[in-house]
Amino acid sequence: MLITNLEIVPGHRITRHLGLVQGSTVRAKHVGRDIMAGFKNIFGGELKAYTELLQESREEALTRMKQQAEAIGANAVLNVRFSTSSLTQGAAELFAYGTAVVLEETR
Amino acid sequence: MSELIIFISLMLTGYIFGQMAERGHYRSILRREEAFRERVLLMPVRTPPPLQRGCTTRLVTGSAVISVDYFKRFVAGLRNLFGGRITTYESLLDRARREAILRMQKRAHAAGATMVVNLKLETASISKGIGDSIGSVEVLAYGTAIIPHREP
Repeated sequence: MLITNLEIVPGHRITRHLGLVQGSTVRAKHVGRDIMAGFKNIFGGELKAYTELLQESREEALTRMKQQAEAIGANAVLNVRFSTSSLTQGAAELFAYGTAVVLEETR
Repeated sequence: MSELIIFISLMLTGYIFGQMAERGHYRSILRREEAFRERVLLMPVRTPPPLQRGCTTRLVTGSAVISVDYFKRFVAGLRNLFGGRITTYESLLDRARREAILRMQKRAHAAGATMVVNLKLETASISKGIGDSIGSVEVLAYGTAIIPHREP
């Protein structure tokens, strides 16, 4: 499965367009991390735990998008975009979406 | 009285540690930007330049969550009364953005890429402090890494 945020992939031709696919996940931070983040809000600096958490969640959203694309018979997702929104205090939604297509190699 | 002491000590720790963290971070950002500038080209264009014949593409991401310190938040609060540029937040976002781009470049380089096209940046404030003030921001940088095929 090819995942890219380009609209045209070099060396490939789009043979079928299958529409929008998406994947999302809502994650909450656990209390220990929240307390550490509270301290960091005084000192400033990077919140490594959050960076990792969001990175993992984003992978998860991508995986779900990939599964959806596979289910409809696509072999690539083009023009992928990410979006993040904080829903409530302590929870964030990570969202990935793109266009599922069937690609064919050209020579 | 004790509240005032707590407030002043929080301001001082915020100022001292925040400034230290920021200066250290900027030094490291500048050093790494210098190292990656020639190795991984960044292009915010939508399509790759047509010069590559054989290449593979891969989505690369990099992100950073940076927290604001107590002093900065206080200064920003004051600024909200008078209006104008909030330089303390500007530097916060600048750091987060450059760090995210650098992490993305590092991953692209590890994958053997020579350029990253269609670079997109996305910013989200992930935890809100008291009264909707910014607690920390996350910046995500993503793009497509162009990995040229090795000459056989």
